[in-house]
Amino acid sequence: MSMTSQTPPSSGGQSLRQWLLSDTPTSRRQARLSALYQGWLALRQNHMAMVGLAILVVLISIALFAPLIAPHDPFVQDLANRLQPLGSEGHLLGTDSLGRDILSRLIYGARITLYIVALVALIAPVVGLLVGTISGYAGGWTDVILMRITDIFLAFPRLVLALAFVAALGAGIENAVLAISLTAWPPYARMARAETLTIRSSDYISAIRLQGAGPLRIIIKHIWPLCISSLIVRVTLDMAGIILAAAGLGFLGLGAQPPSPEWGAMISEGRRFILDHWWVATMPGLAIFAVSLAFNLLGDGLRDVLDPKDSAS
Amino acid sequence: MANFATETERRPWLPLPPWARGTLVTLSSIAVTMLGLLFVTFLIGRVMPIDPVLAIVGERATEEQYNAAYRELGLDRSLAVQFFYYVSDVLRGDFGTSLLTARDVSSDIARVFPATFELATIGILFGCILGVPLGVIAAVRRGSWIDQIARVIALVGYSMPIFWLGLMGLLLFYGILGWVGGPGRQGIFYEDMIPSVTGMILIDSLIAGDWGAFRDAFSHIVLPASLLGYYSLAYISRMTRSFMLEQLSAEYITTARVKGMSEWAVIWSHAFRNIRVQLITVIALSYANLLEGSVLTEIIFAWPGIGSYITTALLSADMNAVLGGTVVVGLVFICLNIFSDLLYKVFDPRSK
Repeated sequence: MSMTSQTPPSSGGQSLRQWLLSDTPTSRRQARLSALYQGWLALRQNHMAMVGLAILVVLISIALFAPLIAPHDPFVQDLANRLQPLGSEGHLLGTDSLGRDILSRLIYGARITLYIVALVALIAPVVGLLVGTISGYAGGWTDVILMRITDIFLAFPRLVLALAFVAALGAGIENAVLAISLTAWPPYARMARAETLTIRSSDYISAIRLQGAGPLRIIIKHIWPLCISSLIVRVTLDMAGIILAAAGLGFLGLGAQPPSPEWGAMISEGRRFILDHWWVATMPGLAIFAVSLAFNLLGDGLRDVLDPKDSAS
Repeated sequence: MANFATETERRPWLPLPPWARGTLVTLSSIAVTMLGLLFVTFLIGRVMPIDPVLAIVGERATEEQYNAAYRELGLDRSLAVQFFYYVSDVLRGDFGTSLLTARDVSSDIARVFPATFELATIGILFGCILGVPLGVIAAVRRGSWIDQIARVIALVGYSMPIFWLGLMGLLLFYGILGWVGGPGRQGIFYEDMIPSVTGMILIDSLIAGDWGAFRDAFSHIVLPASLLGYYSLAYISRMTRSFMLEQLSAEYITTARVKGMSEWAVIWSHAFRNIRVQLITVIALSYANLLEGSVLTEIIFAWPGIGSYITTALLSADMNAVLGGTVVVGLVFICLNIFSDLLYKVFDPRSK
């Protein structure tokens, strides 16, 4: 890799940079940080991935500082000023059917989107990792049964299954998260199992086993860390799908409930005025598009860095 | 499935030839998957906060009436027995009665399914006709502007909420330009004018020989179908591109070129021939995904298909209809998956 041709970082960073790029790391910490840094340098080469990352950083800051940025309270209604167009006095993106400021609602909506994404990103891969590694490591009947269950969930159309779950659990953000997670874990399980099968038969696992390590220790300390990188790529690429699914549930009125400024629900509200007041439904759609595009771009870049063998290009 | 195959290879517990054992294993795994699907919908139906008895007898029923209906529904038996009855009902095509339409759910589904089928089929045709050539050209001219455009088209397709794209399409092509028919399957003028034979209006109007009705139906279906098809276009063009790249870097392609074969022949009668099977499996898979995408599209376009049916039922807590619709969509989805699997096994000589 042509890492040495990089422009040097700001003053004082030179020695740190050399330490990070050292071919002969002297500690485990240095080796790990070095690997991370080299990955970052490779990712930085990918301009599209950087664009995606930038959008996400902006999104996270918007969500964090929503009360400071938002020009209006997202819940305050002003019926005298309903359905104001773009760029009207005090309302950059106009107002909705109840006179609420659309920009402020979008800004607060970023919190809901991030909340859903973060929860699903915590639940689904962890469940998948657990099921997959246990299945792969144990083998035999455990494997057969767990993989059958995985297949059954994989065989379902995801949105329809999520709809049925939400119907049973009741509408709301938490239940939408649960429903999406329930439909999102199987691919992770498949992936973790495949990785476990290759790792399980490698020599170093036999060596650890001879030293007396139990299955739990082997799975947690020696198999999980090796599954993580492909899992991260998959999660990032899945995020776009998760955002679209959450927005779809919100659009159907099964996710976040009004007056919550969830983007999908906002589109659903604006839908009634689409022909006369197009901006009410258009703006939240653009927000969803930008964020899921960002995750797709970043995911593509991460895949090229962490998992070059799967790269499609 | 691969898993099962290795299990049986290790210890042949049935004295059967390999092909029969293979078929048996495939059939049993299909049966298990379908049973699993029914079990999940059964469980969903059981954990519902809605009391199915109250839904039938109403709030003012006496305790005897309530208990009678309770026994009638078989709710006093064990869960295993209830599940057994549920499966046998479904196998007979009985999904119960819809609270909303007061008709059999199965006859409701039979009525709405052709609309979805029509929409999804036109959509997949659109996706294939544009997606396959786009993918091939992108692979052949790798890195060119057309490859970049194909990449952008796919990225946008993966990132755009389909219901929003539908709204925007409706705004632009119907509201502003007036090029297409509005929501619904037909204009008011043609409503109920065409006798239903197949349930698919395009075909029914052709059978009736009514060109006006055909044009009207076409102007209504073209927008939702092409938007839906756009999503399969994104996927199909990406997959075509990567399959083609793999073939084009193979040695037999170099040989063909060295022999002096024309580039057209190299691409279409050598490389493309070898990706046909993979491509068909991809198309079958994206057809299955299209069914799912049609749920949201149908709502935007007031399309009276199975997606509209499920969501309307959902919002009025009509659980029989929701679960019946879910089972049917799930079954079609599984069948398409299995079909693409089988196709691969039958037509790809390498998998034998």
